[in-house]
Parts: sequence; C-alpha cells; structure tokens
Amino acid sequence: MAQSAPLVPPQITAPTCFQDVILRLQGYWASRGCAILQPYDMEVGAGTFHPATTLRSLGTRAWAAAYVQPSRRPTDGRYGENPNRLQHYYQYQVIIKPSPPDLQDLYLGSLVAIGLDPALHDIRFVEDDWESPTLGAWGLGWEVWCDGMEVSQFTYFQQVGGHDCNPVSGELTYGLERLAMYVLGVDHVMDMPFNDPQSPIALSYGDIFRQTEEEYSRHNFDGADTAKLLRNFEEAEVECQRLLAFDAMDPKSGKRIVMAHPAYDQCIKASHLFNLLDARGVISVTERQAYIGRVRALAKLCADAFVTTTAGGYLA
Amino acid sequence: MPDLLIELFSEEIPARMQARAADDLKRLVTDGLVAAGLTYAGAGAFATPRRLTLAVEGLDAASRPTVEDRKGPMVTAPEAAVQGFLRSTGLTLDQLERRADKKGEVWFAVIRKPGRPAADIIAEVLADAIRNFPWPKSMRWGAGSLRWVRPLQSILCVLSSEAGSEVVPVSIDGFVAGNTTEGHRFMAPGRFAVSGFDDYHAKLKRAFVILDGAERAAAIWHDATQAAFAMGLEVVEDKGLLAEVAGLVEWPVVLLARIPAPFLHLPPEVLQTSMREHQKFFSLRNPATGRIEGFVTVANRETTDHGDTILKGNLKVLSARLSDARFFWDNDLRVARAGMGDWLDGLASVTFHNKLGSQADRIARIAALVREIAPFVGADPDQAEQAARIAKADLRSAMVGEFPELQGVMGRYYALEAGMPASVADAARDHYSPLGPSDAVPVAPVSVAVALADKLDTLTGFWAIDEKPTGSKDPFALRRAALGVIRLVLGNENRCELIPFIVSAVRRNQAAMMQAGKDHHGRHGTMSSIDAVRLAQSLSVKGIEEMTALVEDIDTAIMTLSQGLSSGVPPQEWELQRSSDLLAFFHDRLKVYLKDQSIRQDVIDACLAMPENCDLTLLVKRAEALNATLATEDGANLVQGFKRAANILTQAEAKDGVEYSYGADIKFAETDAERALFAALDAADAKIAPAMAAEDFTTAMAAMAALRGPVDAFFTAVQVNADNQIVRRNRLNLLSRIRTLCLSVADLTKLDG
Repeated sequence: MAQSAPLVPPQITAPTCFQDVILRLQGYWASRGCAILQPYDMEVGAGTFHPATTLRSLGTRAWAAAYVQPSRRPTDGRYGENPNRLQHYYQYQVIIKPSPPDLQDLYLGSLVAIGLDPALHDIRFVEDDWESPTLGAWGLGWEVWCDGMEVSQFTYFQQVGGHDCNPVSGELTYGLERLAMYVLGVDHVMDMPFNDPQSPIALSYGDIFRQTEEEYSRHNFDGADTAKLLRNFEEAEVECQRLLAFDAMDPKSGKRIVMAHPAYDQCIKASHLFNLLDARGVISVTERQAYIGRVRALAKLCADAFVTTTAGGYLA
Repeated sequence: MPDLLIELFSEEIPARMQARAADDLKRLVTDGLVAAGLTYAGAGAFATPRRLTLAVEGLDAASRPTVEDRKGPMVTAPEAAVQGFLRSTGLTLDQLERRADKKGEVWFAVIRKPGRPAADIIAEVLADAIRNFPWPKSMRWGAGSLRWVRPLQSILCVLSSEAGSEVVPVSIDGFVAGNTTEGHRFMAPGRFAVSGFDDYHAKLKRAFVILDGAERAAAIWHDATQAAFAMGLEVVEDKGLLAEVAGLVEWPVVLLARIPAPFLHLPPEVLQTSMREHQKFFSLRNPATGRIEGFVTVANRETTDHGDTILKGNLKVLSARLSDARFFWDNDLRVARAGMGDWLDGLASVTFHNKLGSQADRIARIAALVREIAPFVGADPDQAEQAARIAKADLRSAMVGEFPELQGVMGRYYALEAGMPASVADAARDHYSPLGPSDAVPVAPVSVAVALADKLDTLTGFWAIDEKPTGSKDPFALRRAALGVIRLVLGNENRCELIPFIVSAVRRNQAAMMQAGKDHHGRHGTMSSIDAVRLAQSLSVKGIEEMTALVEDIDTAIMTLSQGLSSGVPPQEWELQRSSDLLAFFHDRLKVYLKDQSIRQDVIDACLAMPENCDLTLLVKRAEALNATLATEDGANLVQGFKRAANILTQAEAKDGVEYSYGADIKFAETDAERALFAALDAADAKIAPAMAAEDFTTAMAAMAALRGPVDAFFTAVQVNADNQIVRRNRLNLLSRIRTLCLSVADLTKLDG
C-alpha cells in the first residue's frame, strides 16, 4: 500500500523562466525513473497523440516515459493577443504503465519541484473524466487545481483505440504555459521570460512565438487551402489502411514486421488535418461526427496492429 | 455487543458520488450482515473526498444457530429423486426424517447451521460489497483487476468491544484490512491506528479531517455567512454547490474577496454562472443594491499566511475568466444595440436538425404559428411574432457560446439593449420555460404564446421525421416539451383547441422536412417525388394536371404546402392522422401529470373519451369535477346505477336488435318510483344542459349525482323486463335517458368497478 511520503519541500526556490520549469520537470521525472523522450516530430493536438502514449499504453509491457510535446489546436489561435490562448503550445506528458500506487504523491512531488509549496497553496483533485473520441480512448481521473486553477490532467487510461488497457497506464498532462505563468506570476503569456531574464540575450515567450501565432492564426482561419486539406485527409486515411493491409511477414528481411507506427503517423496526420478543416469552418456539425468517426476508425486499426507487435506485448 | 468500523480509503472520490456511495456502503454491508443472521442496533455512513466510512453499533458477536426443515420427495419416490435431494442438502439417507404428509410419508431434511463469529461474516460481506459496489462509473488501475471509483489505497476494518479491538481478516485482491488510516493529505500526512469509531472520529479531527459531509457543509455555510455579514454582503444560497464543495474538501477553510471593480457591471447571472461553473465559488450579493459584488471560495487547508496566497491565486483565475466574460459582453452589446441583425442572419447557418433545417427556418415556423396562438392566450400577435423572431438570437452571442445555460437570460438583456418592449424581452428569457416539472410557468401572454409555439414546433417537427420517444429514450426531451405545453395551458387556464395549432405546425414541419431533404439529397429530397406531389395535391386548390408537373419540381410542392397554410385549406387526412397521434402523446403526458395531482386514471379516461378533448383546460376541469363527484357517496353510487342501466340496455338492445334511445313516456309508468325517476330526470336535464353549456361541470355533475336516490329507488321497486312489452320498452327508453344524460357529462363507461 502507498505510504504517503511527507511532502515537506526541501529548499524550494522559485523558477526563473519558462524553460526552468520545463528543465525541472525533466529532471524530476528522470530522477523518478522515466525515460525522457523528445517531442514527436509531427503535428499533434496533444501530448497524448505521441505514440509513446497512445500506442505504448496498449499491451502488457511495462513503460515509463516523460516528454515535452508541442501541440497545435488551430481553432485556439488568437493572433498572439489573448493572454492565455495559443494555437501552438507545449504540454508536458508523463506516462507510466502499470500506474504505480503512489502516482498522486509522485505528481505532487513534481509540483514541489517547480516551486509550488503545498503548504501555501490549495491543491485539489477535481473529478474530470477524460475522453478522446478521435482516439477511441477514455479514462477516469481528475483535473488538478492549484488555488482554483487547473494545472494538470491526471488520468488512468481504461481504453485506447477501442482496446481495454491492461495493465492500466497513469497519464499526467501539464499545460506548461499556464502552469509556468502561474508559478512565475505572469499575466500575459507573451510577457513570460523564456530563458533566464538575467541572460545576456533574454528572450520572452513573445519574442519567440508572437509572430508565429499571428502567422498561423491567419493560416488556420483564412490561409489554409481547404481543398488540399480535404484531399490530404483522404490520402492519409487511404495510406493508413494500405500500410496495415500488408502481410506481417516482410519478404526482404524474412522478419515479421507490422507497420503499426508508420500507419499511426497517417492517423495523426488525418487528425491534424481534421482540426485544420474545423478551424477553417468547412465542417458542418453533422459532418463533424463523421470525420471524428473516420479518425477513430484509423486509431483502432493502428491499435489492433500495435498489439500484434513485440512492443505491443505480442509473443510470437 | 461489539461495534464495527469500516473505512475504504482511496484516491479522490468525485464529489457528486459521495453521499450516494456512503448510503450504498451502509445498505450493502448491513443487508449482508442481516442476511447472514447478525442483528445490529444502529449504523451510520460517512464520506469525504478520500474515504467511505461505515460505523455499525451493537452488532451480534456471532450469528445464531439456525435450523431449517426442508421438505423432500415422497418416501415412495424413485431412487433418483431421493439421491438428488441428498445431494442438494449434503446429507445422507440415515440423517433424513420421515414425516407424514397429506399424501403419505415424505423425506424431510433438518439442516442445522451453527452460529458463525461476526468477524467471519463481516469479512465475506465486506469483500462482496467492494466487488459489487454500484459506482456510477468505476475503473481499474495498475496491474490489478479490482474495480473502484478511483484507486483504492487501503481498507480499515475493526471490530471493537469492551474486551478490546481486533482487525477483521478481510482480504481482497491483495488488499488486507488493517486498523490504520490517514488524515489530511497535506496538513497531517502519515498513518495512524484506531481502536473504534469514537477514537477514529476524534483522531481524524486532530488530523484535520471532518468526517461528516453535512458537518462540513454546515461549517462552510456558517463561516461564509458570518464573514460575508462582516463585509456587509450576503451569500447567495446554492444548495447544490454547497453539497459539491463539501465533497471537495476534508478541512474546509472559507476565503472571501470582492470582485475587482472592472467586472462589477456584468449582469449578475453572468457573474454567478462564471464563478459557479468554472471556480465553484459562491456569490456574494449586496443586499442594498442586489448586485453581485464578491465571492467565497472554499480551500482545503489552513496556511501560515491565512490563505493569502490561495486567495490571490483564485482572484487571478477569476480575473482571467471575467475578462473573457467582459469581452463577450462588450462585443455582444454592440451587436444587440445594432438590432441583433448579425445574430439573426447567423442563425441561418446553425443547423437545428439536419432533417428539419436551420434555426432560422425553425424561427420562421414559430413566428408564423405564434400569430395563430396569440389571440387565444391574450397576446398581441405583432408582439408575439416579434418576440418569436428574436427569442433565439442570443444563441449566436459570444456569452451564450461560452455559457449555454445562460440562453434566454442573455436574450432578455440583449433584447432590451436593442430597444424591444419589455414583454418581448421577457419572452426571450421565458420561452424555454417550463423546463423541469417544478420550474415556474410563464404567465405573461407574449411569453406564453412563444413558449407554446416553440414547444409545439419541436414536437411536430420530431413527429414529422419520426423521432418519437421510445421507452427510456427521449434524446430530444419531447416528453418534457409536451408536459411544458400542458403546464402552460393549464397554468394559465388558456382556452384553446390544440388540434388546429398542431395541424398548422405539422404542415410547416412537413415543408421544412422536404426542404431539408432536398438540401441534403438533391432535387427530390428523402421522400419520393410521388409522395411529395401527393402531399402537395392534398393541400392544393389547383387541378391535378398542374400538380403532375410537380414531379419535376419539389420547390413548388414545398411552396404549395406553405401556401396551404395561409390559404386556409382545411386539414387533410394525413395531417389529422399525425396530429391525433401527437395529441395521444399529449394525453399520455397529461395522464401522468394528473395522476400526480391525485386524479384517478379511469376518470381521466372517461373525460378523454369526450369530444373537445384537445382543449386541455376544459378536459381537466371536467376531470376534476368528475373526480370530486366520485368521491361523494351519491356520485359513487350513481355510477353503479348508471352501469346497471347501461348493462340492462346493452343486453336488451343486443337481444332485440334495436336501440332504445327515444320516447319514454310517463303515461306508461306504472309505479311511483318510475314516475319519480321521470321527474328527477326532467329536473336534472333542466340543470345539466345549461350547466354544460356554461362549462360548469361541478353543477352538472352535482345534478347528475342527485339522480342517485331516484335511480336506486327505481331499481329497487321496478322490474325493467316486464311481461307487458309496452311497459318494458318504456322502461328501457327511460333507462336510455339515464344513459344519455350521464354520458353527456363524461364517458362513465370508462370508469372502473
């Protein structure tokens, strides 16, 4: 049974900048035994889409990983003007399978590491059931509140890609900008120091992202070619299905090679293209459900394929 | 007598599930104990975010031994039957007893069960309760297979008596019960042992946990109202929020602050909704001005800075939220003051239902229907139409986009800003009402008219596309809409027949469905062109040749349907059919509604069988009068008399092949009782006819009930089937007068008994 470790923070120093928050989380989860992965090199809507979470939460093999994932939500673009909303932002993602019995305490330790002293703050686990209709995934857990602000999502995966999770993964997702703004006491995301403000060349979040927020906001709402997006969506869908239709036995290497990851890349692509189409306002309410269903069907196919691979716990 | 303490300690249990879960734990465990033969003096269950706790007092130390006599087969029964009985009882033949029965000797098994120690029983019952716990949603975690609402962390199960306390040996999926628990997650980390409930309760309090949710709620309310008073403000009561917040904390600490000035001009509903939905804050109202000026947040801990950091953080989040709200409000006001045109145009692109067109289409239908309804509810048709046209404009506003629950409320503010009359603005707010069965019913005529039109359009629309409620499925809340119509009509004592309104709404929705079908599926829509033409023809005043051209042109078909509305084409058969189907649905809802008002089901049936049954107010007046009449001795007995008369008549009519409906003549009366009945019927006729004409059912039914004496006397004194055929026919015709008179009041044949 879990023994709650005393949460008396040793020497809490306040982080100085955005990257300090990220580096502390990296250091913390590395010290707790997670493999520190790098972001997935594709456009995704959330850290959950990284195959290190979606696919690795399937099957029986144990897994522990943490990573930053740049995430895109085209409809959230506000031309860099809104203090809290961005079409491109960072999530910090931790995924551990099976979920350890002291995951809550581990999580609280990470808050301490980034300078949130639980003796001064009000930290709460408030019911929030997570569901991703595009991934065919759901889980139970909470949103974690710090002084009334949601700072993380905490989920025990029950199903992914239509498969029951067994064992169950524990997933933690931190909205990095919001969390860092709170810790650093910044009111507008663009004003947040990105590197140490004492650095010879101090850069703010706005120095790095204001212009791209403008460019992508215009692109997402007005620029993107919807005919091309629709075509790309269809192509990704077909490609995903095609890759999974191959015989598992690779004649060239003589090995059993299921192309689960390449197929899943196409699923991720389809999902992002759908988000862009949505932002362009060309998907009606009724069509919306149909598109989500098509992406979900791909996610299921990929999940079905992944559990027939070694990483998916398949024993030949 | 030992006491039992159980605690199921877990990660945070959703607030909304806690109270029910505590009850379920109590029920499952105590029922299990009782079923196993243990009695107890009392039990109490508690929940906090991290624990479910059950305390059982005065439990038997062991179950009593039991003896069960079980009857088996006859002694003479085949060997197989006897063997089967032995297997099922676990006994051998020599342990059975032979007992005499009515039919001969029978084997009896006397099954003796020794008493079992309470701990053994508890261990089984608790493991069962955990495995079968009825959580609304449960989950697995780690590599285990046990399900709980969130990961279970530990089980405490202690049986205590004067002799001391012992841990009950419960074991389930690797969890072994102990005698330890934890206090507050942050304020008192670490485990401690307890010996029984009093010890547990006291130690929890020292470890900053208030076990009882009601006590936490009371503390929050007390502290909040006291502190608010000191600020010159009052807490806006919100029982749902109080229960929820009490389920989010183990050690409630109330913190209050004023809302920053730049947000104070926002409508109170906006402030309250934003604070409640996003932050779970209570609102603080200035009693002098009625404005919302402050908030209460409930933290889960004390801090050395007396909540300063926590309050600052909450204020920051609130400011961000209210900045959004203010941005929405300012933008919305610009559109509203310009007449809301942008929103009204925008509603054309909002799908109401893909088979029934857009919100704008729907508004056009409601606006047309409301003009027809307005005169019957005392509303000005122009105002009613104006209200219908703007009532849903706020669906396009930014504020309602963010807070859908503010639909209507915002509509009223924006309509006022747009310079509309108050009655129109009020209708924008109230036309969704009544929502729940206890929701207030609008009374302002314009609001009533729009509310009725809105609901009737919804119902006929979903009837047109065959999306009627089935069983427990009612995704479009059509039962609620029908009940809304019923409550609106009855609550305002509106006098109108529903059928004409339903017919015209049916016609409009048929046109809408064809249009939407055409938009989605091309020229002919989802219905065949032949059907379209047939429908159009049935409404058209044009000749058949012209109509045939419509095979190529669904637009004309749709237009013809719409024209049929304005040109006063009488209801067609298909329209009446669909309308009466919908009316039957109204009648079903009405029955449920009146049943709750203690009106007998058969009384409602008796009134539904009368004409004008689509005038709900009239229908209910009749039902109420009949219900009251039947509650009197005369009324109840008269119904018996009526039924006797009707039965005799039915038999005689069947036998003779004629209907006795005319011509009873007093000159053929042979007895006083007969003559008295003639006189009584004349007197009743004289009262009932005018009373019915004046819809005074009470008077009519009292007059009917007054027939009881003469009718009873008649049946006592008179043999209807006399030998003299003239006398017999006369008497049957007299009975027919009773029947006719009673049936003019309500269809008494539908009554029970």
